[in-house]
Amino acid sequence: MAGYIVRRVLQIIPVFIGTTLLIYFLVFALPGDPILALFGDKTPNPAVLARLRDQYHLNEPFLVQYWYYITGIFQGDFGTSFNGQPVSEQLSRAFPITIRLAVLAVLIELIVGISVGLVAGLRKGGIFDASSLVVSLILISLPIFVIGFVAQFGLAIKLGWFRTTVSQGAPLQDLILPAIVLASVNLAVTLRLTRASVLDTGNQDFVRMAWGKGLPTRRVIPVHILRNSLIPVTTSLAADFGILMVGATVTEGIFNVRGVGGTLFQAIKLHENATVVSFVTVMVILYIIVNLFIDLLYAVLDPRIRYVK
Amino acid sequence: MSSKNPVRTAPRYVAPVEDSALGAVDAVRVSDKKSNLWLDAWRDLRKRPMFWISSVLILFIVFVALFPGVFTSAPPNDDCWLSADPGRDHNPFAASNGAPAPGHPLGFTKQGCDIFSRMVHGTATSLSVGIISALIVATMGILMGGLAGFFGGWVDSVLMRIGDIFFAIPYILAAVVVMSVFSAHRNVWVIALAIGAFAWPSTSRILRSEVLRIKQSDYVMASTALGLSRIKVLARHVLPNSIAPVIVVTTISLAAGITAEATLSFLGVGLPNHIMSWGNDISAAQNDLRNNPMTLIYPSIALSITVLAFIMLGETLREALDPRARALR
Repeated sequence: MAGYIVRRVLQIIPVFIGTTLLIYFLVFALPGDPILALFGDKTPNPAVLARLRDQYHLNEPFLVQYWYYITGIFQGDFGTSFNGQPVSEQLSRAFPITIRLAVLAVLIELIVGISVGLVAGLRKGGIFDASSLVVSLILISLPIFVIGFVAQFGLAIKLGWFRTTVSQGAPLQDLILPAIVLASVNLAVTLRLTRASVLDTGNQDFVRMAWGKGLPTRRVIPVHILRNSLIPVTTSLAADFGILMVGATVTEGIFNVRGVGGTLFQAIKLHENATVVSFVTVMVILYIIVNLFIDLLYAVLDPRIRYVK
Repeated sequence: MSSKNPVRTAPRYVAPVEDSALGAVDAVRVSDKKSNLWLDAWRDLRKRPMFWISSVLILFIVFVALFPGVFTSAPPNDDCWLSADPGRDHNPFAASNGAPAPGHPLGFTKQGCDIFSRMVHGTATSLSVGIISALIVATMGILMGGLAGFFGGWVDSVLMRIGDIFFAIPYILAAVVVMSVFSAHRNVWVIALAIGAFAWPSTSRILRSEVLRIKQSDYVMASTALGLSRIKVLARHVLPNSIAPVIVVTTISLAAGITAEATLSFLGVGLPNHIMSWGNDISAAQNDLRNNPMTLIYPSIALSITVLAFIMLGETLREALDPRARALR
């Protein structure tokens, strides 16, 4: 296991360098004035421009610029946002809110997705199975901002069950509606994957054996079928995380949550490109770390993974 | 002689001797229907209502995109104020967020544009972004995945590590950065490129694992033994036999491309306002959600139905092209 962990950790180093280099290249090496591009539509003061050129080491070769940037990242310096605040400061304020929203969304996604997927898989071909497949197909096709707006208009504005936007401190009861919206995208994927996985596990010899030796349903389904069906669902969580971050940007924007996604949303809307780039970098690094963590978790859950090179 | 044990004397079943030679058992009659993966898939597909529904929908959407003039004659853009009903006390603002009027079945946007007409004219934009980005994804995916899987060794390592890097950046976030940098030259091609350039690694991974599987088959070994060059083996035998999952995933990435364009436009880094797209219309309508929700809902419906059609087609293709899934049913 230790060897596996070391191997996986070593594998993310080139990925980490590559992604940061790629983002840096996109922003600073493409044709056009990168500093002007950082300001988007606004025209900055020439003195500010000169200072920023200096600050970003633009007069030095590309790789030297990149070196400054990446050593900064390792020291927790993600750059400065448009209004002069360090991005790390903005992040530390926004993170707790986003984590609360994301945990709530993932909980909804897992509880609903796995239980519906389990029932659908156990009763394959039934009316519940068919309707859950149709509903999940529709859910996959709906872009998250459409779900967000429809939920905001229908459930919050028309019916008044929820607050339209989330208030300042983002208390938990305000976050329920955004969390449902955020969960809805991955929910369909989790549901379909659980269903397929339950069908697959249900045909395995050890499940037939468990039924055959007369184990009660309440033991076969949770212990033999469900537990073994959840392994692929775990890996899909890694891919889901990318969708979750994009989804959080849109959802927090719609419901005015002042989390990481909401801050990024505002920055994109206001063309504050410096903030955008810093936030995207942070999200990508987070994505790599979460992927690593879920890979390791996968190896813990399924011993076969550890032994394959 | 009577037996105490009935089992011993029970008559045993002996199968009749099979006279036909082994060759006859394995033989395939010439008159049998010809079959291969694609014919099997087609026979399976044509029995599925989902396939026909999605195909008809997609053909209809393509028709709308190609010939918007057939469906509406109201000017969709620029001259929006002109489309206001002149009968209404000559107030140029009458059409702003106006209710449906004769000739304008869905009413007007805040700028007084005909919603239905904008929806019809926006189809081409969304569809072309989807098609171009899906083509980029498929080309890159086939190139990288095919070469990596077929040549293996260091080619595989290098190409797949490059893929890992692009895979580690969620493609919408990457597109946000690219579109922010290219804010001066936003058009259909740039946005499709921004989406496609970061969405290809999953396609290449799928093709690579399929190529690795096909490479082991006897017919590939046979063609190598017969002296076919490596490139010809790849082009003539390996790729055609491993392309099916790529077609499925390309259909779905087309849908994802359409969604991505709308998401980027919604975030304000998509296409400029003078290009009509559903994403732009949804984005423009969001501030008026409370008063005029339908301005937002109509383009959302068009967007969702288009995405649904392509995802449905992808799903039915996936089931039809996978012999194992067919056998399980």
